[in-house]
Amino acid sequence: MSVLARLDHVTRRFGDVLAVDDVSLDIHSGTILGLLGPNGAGKSTVLTMVQGLRRPSTGTVTLFGGSPGDYRMRRKLGGTPQETALPPTLRVGEVIDFVGRHFDAPLSTAAVADEFGLGELLKRQTGALSGGQKRRLSVALAFVGQPRLVLLDEPTTGLDVDARRTLWDAVRRQHERGATVVVTSHYLEEIEALAERVVVLGHGRVIADDTVAAVINQVSLRQVRLVTEHPDRVSGLPGVVGRDVADDGTTTFYASDSDRLIVELVRSGIPFSDLTVRGATLEEAFLTLTGATGAEPPAARTAPARTAPARTAEKEMNR
Amino acid sequence: MSTLTRGPVIGGRTGILALTLLHARIILIETFRIPAALIGSLVFPGLSLLFFVVPQRAIADNPEFATQAVVALSVFALMSNSLFSFGLNIASNREQPWDPYLRTLPVPGVARVLGQVCSTGLMGLASILPVIAIGALFTAAEASVLGVLAGLVALGISALPFMFIGISIGYSMSSKAAIAVVQIVMFGLAFAGGLFLPPYLFADWLDTLSMFLPSRQAREFVIWAVQGGELEPWVWIGILLWTAATFALALLLFRRDEGRRYR
Repeated sequence: MSVLARLDHVTRRFGDVLAVDDVSLDIHSGTILGLLGPNGAGKSTVLTMVQGLRRPSTGTVTLFGGSPGDYRMRRKLGGTPQETALPPTLRVGEVIDFVGRHFDAPLSTAAVADEFGLGELLKRQTGALSGGQKRRLSVALAFVGQPRLVLLDEPTTGLDVDARRTLWDAVRRQHERGATVVVTSHYLEEIEALAERVVVLGHGRVIADDTVAAVINQVSLRQVRLVTEHPDRVSGLPGVVGRDVADDGTTTFYASDSDRLIVELVRSGIPFSDLTVRGATLEEAFLTLTGATGAEPPAARTAPARTAPARTAEKEMNR
Repeated sequence: MSTLTRGPVIGGRTGILALTLLHARIILIETFRIPAALIGSLVFPGLSLLFFVVPQRAIADNPEFATQAVVALSVFALMSNSLFSFGLNIASNREQPWDPYLRTLPVPGVARVLGQVCSTGLMGLASILPVIAIGALFTAAEASVLGVLAGLVALGISALPFMFIGISIGYSMSSKAAIAVVQIVMFGLAFAGGLFLPPYLFADWLDTLSMFLPSRQAREFVIWAVQGGELEPWVWIGILLWTAATFALALLLFRRDEGRRYR
């Protein structure tokens, strides 16, 4: 197994925003690596630095042993445009052919079209494609040049279940033919379906780097919500990894084993009321894990920790 | 990793030459897919000559004036082409994520820029053809073959400031703003530069102002290349200064833009 790309203590700032914070990461040949994290965690920024679109503020990124900014290093690299990026007046066949001509040994346009279900659409202008068709074309473009390393940034966002599975199958087949794949996602399901190794990013840092099974175990948190006068005592119980205080006076505690937490809670005699238990979403699990790693103390946040527009704004700043 | 860096750089299947042609071709295909967009740059200069110069027989029947009018409208054709192609293409590309995607492909920046210049240059050349044809058929304009060739070279040189102004506009504003600004800049430079009305009809103050504009300098430079005579120092000094200044501005805006533009 050789290292195709490496991030060595990489930090990237956008003005005051720290998008990537001291990340070290090796991408080995032969794997599918999942980059998992909530919006604004720094996933896209990591990929754009490997693609040579951005330079790290500090640290180094190497691609095939050289600088990603050198176009010759990108001869074995594949990536996807955003589906909204395709030039609307060009035909599907022209776009595939155009991208293929940048590489020494591209797949034939027919082979690419066949693999990604675009055969009927080759004569169609990309502006006339549906969202799902554009997605398929975008992902197909990453594989046209028969690259050794393929970077897929949220490849199935916005697709329905069927289209998503079709695309995953195609990506898996390409991987079996020898392509190393890095896929970013904020869907645990997607990472589960594709990846062998997962790197979880939060606030620009690596929170976990492990097998899929291990990470799933780690992010499968339960929420125990209740009203209590003594939240600090509850937090001190075994298994509690974080907590959020809501405006309605309830406190939500996160634990991997909620049954055990409740047993401990009852046994401790701490007074409480209005108990509810439910599973935490991946996003909530992320936020708790991210908070627990020290970026900000969990108790300082209120649930939901950040509103959706705030996260969108953060994403925008990363662009 | 020697296998990755090996291979011809200039020639060959993925050499700079092939990639330049590839990018020039795709830009032309994209341009020709919207034929209406071509009319402005291809037909307008020829029509201007037909409507503004040909009916005025005092100019059209005088070989010297007619030749100057053809030159002026050729400069206008190339200027509007440079401003529009660079200004609008860059401004609208910056709003599309396709451009950053292209930067991730194994293609050197020089091939992409040359591809843009080649396709724009071809369009520019195409827009001059009707002007030359109408000039030869319907006016008394005359030039030797050598004069025409020298004129084309001079056109290419004097078009540089317009390309750089176009690039600067493209990198400094949105495509909607760029349309308006390009039109104002284009007509301002065209009128004040003596491309629509010959400078001898100008008031003195306008004539003096005109000499500081790249359009006037381009006009005089190409007329000198076609007709011969004396080249005033303000012409070539002006072209040099404008080229240097607009190049520096374009470079500055390009660099400043890079960080925000690409994700």
